[in-house]
Amino acid sequence: MRDPVQERTPLLDVRGVTLQYKTKNHLVTATYRVDFQVFRSDRYVLLGPSGCGKSTLLKAVGGYLNPTEGEIRLKGQVVNKPGPDRMMVFQEFDQLLPWKTVKENVMFPLLASGKLRGKAAEDKAMQYIEKVNLAKFADHHPHMLSGGMKQRVAIARGMAMEPDVLLMDEPYAALDALTRRKMQDELLHLWDDTHFTVLFVTHSIAEAIKCGNRILLLSPHPGQVKAELNSVDRDQADSAAGKELEARIHSMLFADAVEEQEAHHA
Amino acid sequence: MHERDKVLVVRAELAHDVVESSAFGVVQKPLSTFERLYNMGAVRKTAIVLLLAIIWEAAGRYLHNDLLFPTFSAAVEALLHSLINGSLVIKIWASLKVLLMGYGLGILAAAIFTAIGISSRIGNDLLETLTAMFNPLPAIALLPIALIWFGLGNGSLVFVLVHSVLWAVALNTHSGFMAVSTTLRMVGKNYGLRGFPYVAKILVPAAFPSILTGLKIGWAFAWRTLIASELVFGVSSGSGGLGWYIYENKNQLEIPSVFAGLLTVILIGLAVENLVFRTLENSTVRKWGMQS
Repeated sequence: MRDPVQERTPLLDVRGVTLQYKTKNHLVTATYRVDFQVFRSDRYVLLGPSGCGKSTLLKAVGGYLNPTEGEIRLKGQVVNKPGPDRMMVFQEFDQLLPWKTVKENVMFPLLASGKLRGKAAEDKAMQYIEKVNLAKFADHHPHMLSGGMKQRVAIARGMAMEPDVLLMDEPYAALDALTRRKMQDELLHLWDDTHFTVLFVTHSIAEAIKCGNRILLLSPHPGQVKAELNSVDRDQADSAAGKELEARIHSMLFADAVEEQEAHHA
Repeated sequence: MHERDKVLVVRAELAHDVVESSAFGVVQKPLSTFERLYNMGAVRKTAIVLLLAIIWEAAGRYLHNDLLFPTFSAAVEALLHSLINGSLVIKIWASLKVLLMGYGLGILAAAIFTAIGISSRIGNDLLETLTAMFNPLPAIALLPIALIWFGLGNGSLVFVLVHSVLWAVALNTHSGFMAVSTTLRMVGKNYGLRGFPYVAKILVPAAFPSILTGLKIGWAFAWRTLIASELVFGVSSGSGGLGWYIYENKNQLEIPSVFAGLLTVILIGLAVENLVFRTLENSTVRKWGMQS
């Protein structure tokens, strides 16, 4: 039995977070006073159009930049630097270390963070490589793999660390439609297996409905919370309920855009 | 049919049975011996070297002037002769000893400078300014100063060698570090790596193609600087090296031996390039797919 109190306290608590970063000439506000809570085993999706600061928000949870206002707490601890308790999966295919084989890539964070060593690290790595069906390629170098396979290695690498939360920054955005579909199914399958907590950034409404159980909608320039919705049941993602939710999210996200355009034409 | 599709030509649908691959000719067959040999870089390059040797020999015979342009065979004969009687071996060893010392110290200095260069913004500015100032300065131009500071000996040679290696290696390593992708940097930080482990485990391997280029350029610069320095100030600490061998034989009008000396410099250069650097490349950047 899990502790009922722990069940109700969020694993990740983002409160009033305003994020700003500097370009050469400007100070840009990426998000403005964003609040959300992620609970254990959530498949939490940050959804919004480009420029809504969702990736910046994820990077802040990753500890790569600190909020100018508000705070991010993971298990009660303030997040202020990157660490292996929040493994990131990036969109880019070059996130694997090209000088290491698939197995070494998955083992590396285990060894570097001192979590496991020697044979234990190897076993743990192989266990997760098998989960993403890449056991045959364990001794290949990343440049010999396809894009989808590289992303699967990156997911295995993230999951092998068994982090408190897995952070995924549009991991499937650079894949072709067929591969993306397969990867989404695989992610859900993996979740059934281990019930890991994942914070997932995407700009695809369909992907958010399919992969997430809870969806945070962000408005652009700067990102503010527009709504926090529950996704439909997983079998219903393609059903009428799924389509309805998709239409609802679409109208919420793009209502502004239409008004803006009308104002522009007026 | 819809009005807007009128421009399309209507055809029946087609479906075919795929033919068994055994039913037609080649799917995969080994290449001929000649093609396989021709695909090997070493074979092609050896052929080029052989061709150049034949042209040299022919030109030498046609000119028929041993004092200006000895034949290839005369140069090889002089080379073998000096190798067998040991005089050339001593010179090669003298040169290589100084060369390796200068090269090693140069790389060490480059590592220190690059470490300063990536540790802070002002360090970065320092390194960039220094490389901009000293990289274009020919090492040989420092020889007179080196002779005053370190006297007639290996010290001066090592000093100019370090200068010739340091800036080339530092410049390439630093630009290699700068070119490491943001994603890889973030991956390294994600694992909790900081300071020296971060540099050693992420930056150095990620920048290895540039570092290797720097090492190769540094090696070539060191060789040139060494031979030139030996030619300029000749013998040091009794024996002298390859440059001195060339200079000495020129004075004695032993022109085939001069060519033998040049040939030795070329051969050592080729050997280092093809054995040391090529092996290093094959087992690192090529294997990792960072260079084709």
